[in-house]
Amino acid sequence: MSSSYIVLSYWDVALAAVFLILNAGLSLWLQLGLARQMLVAGLRMVVQLLAVGLVLKAVFAVGSPLVTLGLALVMVVFAGREIWARQERRMRGPWGPGLGAGAMTLAAGVVIIFALTQQIGADPWWSPRFALPLFGMILGNTMTGVSLGLDTLSTSLWRESAAVEARLLLGATRWDATRPFARRAMRSGMTPIINSMAATGVISLPGMMTGQILSGVDPAEAVKYQLLIIFLIAGATGLGVVLSIAGGIWRLTDERHRLRLDRLGGERG
Amino acid sequence: MLIVNGLRTKAGGPVGFEFGGGEIIAVRGPSGSGKSLMLRAIADLDPAEGEVSLDGIPRARIPAPEWRRRVAFVPAESGWWDDRVGAHFPDGSDNSALIEALGLDPAVLDWEVRRLSTGERHRLAIARALALEPGVWLFDEPTAALDAVAARRVEAVIRQGRDRGAAILLVTHDDVQAARLADRTLTMADGRLVAPEGVT
Repeated sequence: MSSSYIVLSYWDVALAAVFLILNAGLSLWLQLGLARQMLVAGLRMVVQLLAVGLVLKAVFAVGSPLVTLGLALVMVVFAGREIWARQERRMRGPWGPGLGAGAMTLAAGVVIIFALTQQIGADPWWSPRFALPLFGMILGNTMTGVSLGLDTLSTSLWRESAAVEARLLLGATRWDATRPFARRAMRSGMTPIINSMAATGVISLPGMMTGQILSGVDPAEAVKYQLLIIFLIAGATGLGVVLSIAGGIWRLTDERHRLRLDRLGGERG
Repeated sequence: MLIVNGLRTKAGGPVGFEFGGGEIIAVRGPSGSGKSLMLRAIADLDPAEGEVSLDGIPRARIPAPEWRRRVAFVPAESGWWDDRVGAHFPDGSDNSALIEALGLDPAVLDWEVRRLSTGERHRLAIARALALEPGVWLFDEPTAALDAVAARRVEAVIRQGRDRGAAILLVTHDDVQAARLADRTLTMADGRLVAPEGVT
């Protein structure tokens, strides 16, 4: 491995922002009204990333399993909130925020523990330098899949309640009656990861692999890491989508095989 | 014999009545008086307080899918889940006689649902429910979407059903039809049956 990692100075980073400021100036000149948004987003990113860098540095230094777990839980809370925020129709009660977050956490948790103990094999296995970045990537993708899947499920059950009830009235069980909609929801939750697997390497070079190559890792080694992470992501996304949709159907129907749209809130905004 | 006792829906209640095989009863009443909600509750499509039993067996003792195969409810608006008409009928069943009796060409089974008129859809919704040979028929506005000829066909199928021993309940706004078909008429207002007849 050639260790040709080039350290950037803060000045290098600031210089790269020149183009963003140029864009903002262009927006002012053309009256696009994007300048303010662009600068605010840029500043937010700077603050967030600097903070994350500091937090990670501290957590790596402490090297405590509890602190590592704590940070993972914070990530779960933010991701769970994001799923909740992306639902057009939310389930009422604790199921609303709970179902998506629970399915995501279970799926991402099982997969990350499997990967850390079976493939990565760091010492100790929960070493935050490996656990947290990998967990973040798995969690982020699972979050997208679960939120798309759940949103598709609840909106299509709502819109096509007549079709679901027609099947129930002809003696179908709740699982049979909702099958076309479960299938549609699963497809929608899985599409982003399937597309990104198909495009990887031809249309896009994945960020993690690019990062490893930039830091001097042999591209063939970087590819192995990238394949590992994409398999883990696809596995966790699939598991999370299936769990959340099965849970969603369970909640939006009842033991007398009725469609229970009264457990779904109204449309938002 | 279908017995409904103390049934409460969102529209109110309680509602109680009974009817047996070989009988047609018509339920009338203004829009919003709870007729459709009552049918949904009897078919166990909405949670509702009260007791319903069929031939002496309480509904709670019969799994819901089985209950709905025996007590068929055809709502005023039909739902479809597949592109093809035939996919909505039980596998391997021959329903051409039934479809013809309702005034449609059996070739309709190969058609696409989206090409059908509202009236054709409604008659096919009746046909797919009757294909399961239910003992109790609950029809919400069975002829409202139909022209006079098609309506007569549906009425003939309903009479045949009665003659073969089905227990039939029709919700209708058509007083003439109610008089023509029904052995008994119940009237509903504010979620309750107001006619003295049949009220428990």
